[in-house]
Amino acid sequence: MADQSFDVVVIGAGPGGYVAAIRAAQLGFSTACIDRRGPPGGTCLNVGCIPSKALLQSSHHYEDANHHFADHGISVGKVGFDLAKMMARKQKVVADNTKGVEFLFKKNKITYIVGEAKITAPGQLAINTKEGGSDKITAKHIIIATGSDVTPLPGVEIDEKQIVSSTGALELASVPEHLVVIGAGVIGLELGSVWHRLGAKVTVVEYLDRVLPTNDGEVSKQAQRIFEKQGLEFKLSTKVTGAKLGKKDVTLSLEPAAGGEPSELKADVVLVAIGRRPYTTNLGLENVGITPDKRGFIPVDHHFQTNVPGIYAIGDVIGGAMLAHKAEDEGVALAEILAGQAGHVNYNAIPGVVYTWPEVASVGKSEEQLKAEGVEYKAGKFPFTANSRARANGDTDGFVKILADARTDEVLGCHIIGPSAGDLIGEVVLGMEFRAAAEDIARTCHAHPGLAEAVKEAALGVASRAIHL
Amino acid sequence: MSTNIVVPTLGESVTEATVAKWFKQVGDAVAADERLVELETDKVTIEVNAPAAGTLSDISAKVGATVAVGAVLGEIGASSAKASEPKPAAATPPTPTVAAKPAAGPAPVQPATKGDVASPAAAKLMAENNLASVTGTGKDGRVTKGDVLHTLSSPPSPAPAPAPSAPRAPRPEDPREERVRMTRLRKRIAERLKEAQNTAAMLTTFNEVDMTALNACRNQYKDAFEKKHGVKLGFMSFFVKACVTALKEWPAVNAEIDGDDLVYKNFYDIGVAVGTPNGLVVPVVRDCDKLSFAEVEKTIGNYGKKARDGKLAIEDMTGGTFTISNGGVYGSLMSTPILNPPQSGILGMHKTSMRPMVMPDGKIEARPMMYLALSYDHRVIDGREAVSFLVRVKECIEDPQRILLDM
Repeated sequence: MADQSFDVVVIGAGPGGYVAAIRAAQLGFSTACIDRRGPPGGTCLNVGCIPSKALLQSSHHYEDANHHFADHGISVGKVGFDLAKMMARKQKVVADNTKGVEFLFKKNKITYIVGEAKITAPGQLAINTKEGGSDKITAKHIIIATGSDVTPLPGVEIDEKQIVSSTGALELASVPEHLVVIGAGVIGLELGSVWHRLGAKVTVVEYLDRVLPTNDGEVSKQAQRIFEKQGLEFKLSTKVTGAKLGKKDVTLSLEPAAGGEPSELKADVVLVAIGRRPYTTNLGLENVGITPDKRGFIPVDHHFQTNVPGIYAIGDVIGGAMLAHKAEDEGVALAEILAGQAGHVNYNAIPGVVYTWPEVASVGKSEEQLKAEGVEYKAGKFPFTANSRARANGDTDGFVKILADARTDEVLGCHIIGPSAGDLIGEVVLGMEFRAAAEDIARTCHAHPGLAEAVKEAALGVASRAIHL
Repeated sequence: MSTNIVVPTLGESVTEATVAKWFKQVGDAVAADERLVELETDKVTIEVNAPAAGTLSDISAKVGATVAVGAVLGEIGASSAKASEPKPAAATPPTPTVAAKPAAGPAPVQPATKGDVASPAAAKLMAENNLASVTGTGKDGRVTKGDVLHTLSSPPSPAPAPAPSAPRAPRPEDPREERVRMTRLRKRIAERLKEAQNTAAMLTTFNEVDMTALNACRNQYKDAFEKKHGVKLGFMSFFVKACVTALKEWPAVNAEIDGDDLVYKNFYDIGVAVGTPNGLVVPVVRDCDKLSFAEVEKTIGNYGKKARDGKLAIEDMTGGTFTISNGGVYGSLMSTPILNPPQSGILGMHKTSMRPMVMPDGKIEARPMMYLALSYDHRVIDGREAVSFLVRVKECIEDPQRILLDM
């Protein structure tokens, strides 16, 4: 491939990168996207969001068949599963999605290059392609969207066989007898749920004193209660100080987070899910004078520009909520800014979802955050046990909570744990974009019988006038 | 592929405009950059030019409509006008059907005024409290529940709506009267004048200035000045410079009240009032202390031309610290100018007329005299400061050497 020149070159074909490339192409820029993985889609499509959701769905069906069909009068005898087939299905879902992105690249005439890109000078990149060649590319605008990687845990080295990251956890060849998950955040709980449903005993070890530590406190508490009822075990306020690999198992050394008596925990497989950190290896940042901050994030201004004119960064690599849709919105906003438009991301209205079952979804501020900021607020809460659709479905764990400004009634946050929480949160996100009051949501007609009525009733609850509670 | 005609940025804090005139009709051919439509705002009139060549295929904002920045005014189709879509001659501005067009321009069609859109809770409160209009702070100016609650909790005048329908019975029409809608500009001027009067403790102090020395200076240098600088040596540069000298000495006159604070400004942006056929506008000459006499005259000259051509920008007229108004051009002998908020002082110049004056030696001579008026906000400037300021201006005009020597 000869030397090429583009208006926009995006490094990284994850959700942030490929969306930025597509938007740039839509706006008329000649665009290229580079990724060293091969199939586009980044962590999300290949080893993150998509495969995990596929396994969550498969394992959810299995769980339902095994434990809930009988309630509905359906007898199925002993239900089994073929793990290899489940994994194959997951692979197909991933492949379909990545092919989809390749198609979108072709449709938008974006040049997709497989290789490792290194910035050599402002506007210049060198790419080591998989075939072994080295290409030079010039670009008017370079967008860094290299995403993130697993945060390692000192003393517990990941080998993706006995001690795995999320990547390995999505590929286990057999259901472990005992899976220990280190980290009770989104990834830990989701993957812990998958293997638990498939028959593993799952223990989740968490350094902080609650599960889903960044969520609203009431939701974390309820989530823990529900998952414990499902059979997951939690060891909170506990740190893991080391791991010893046996022939077929792993022995973890544990200690209370505040210090104290050490203990041991044996596992067949250990999943390290303590977080993700920005990925900028071999990017060549030093060649252009870009220095990541002390946590490894690339500093940018509010136009996503780094300290080097013409070089920008979006997505996980710049920090903030490390979510695919946040990266996508930043990609769109940046492409629009480059085209002279007023591209903008509203960081106050970005939802976060945990795809366990029940799902957990939130947008805006938690009660703890509002209290810390000294904001006077009112809360409206509605349990799914009082929602007729949830009852009909037999899925009544959880609640909807809406937080609104005490004076203006403007919705400041919404936290849902329950069936389809990730979809239900959508209307509140939209409402917050338009600075809706809780009363506005309450006065909007919601179809009956629907899970979304719980959102409406929570909104009514803000004014202490829920009808169905 | 068709292109939307959108409302451009109108200037700081100006969010909407009224469509005043369309220069083209639907079906007319337009060239790129050709003048299409005139928009009126509180401060200026703006022309919107065609973003592309083609045929004016749709006018969605008719004359009289209020439009927000970024709103779609109309559309230019490719020369073979794409009238195929059932757009009922843009009869209804917020039509979703128009948005069914394959997104040619990035801006989707928006209703004429988002400020008319109130959320369900807001609408209920407005109806229950008889509020016809509330300033919206929501997305694109929509009215939120909070906006209505805020309006209800701060009752003073605005609450019971003045605007549309009839709180007062309409005046019977009289064939001897002619009813003309106030232009946006006049409405805005009216609002600001009342605002100034209602807020400031405004009063005026007078003095008179002997223009003999100034006239002599001008006569001596005016030809050489024009030759060297390419601009006429007028009175204004002297008055502007005299004011700068006096403002430096009496900083309260250059200050502004903001809540509980007095904000003293260390820069001298002086507005020079200019009358135009559309009304009075006050473009601001920036950093007058740093400009030479020629630069002051040039700047004022440029503004005058822009004002007459209706091309003054909002930015030209904001941020001044002091204003000079000249009623003398119309023949006024003496007057009490109104303050230009949020400024605290305004100098009124008047007609120069020959008057018999008593000289220091007791003789009586005919001298060219001008009355000067300084209207000021007594909350910010006390009497001594105001009088002294005006005396300083007088001294600098009566002996321009004082400007040079900063005396």
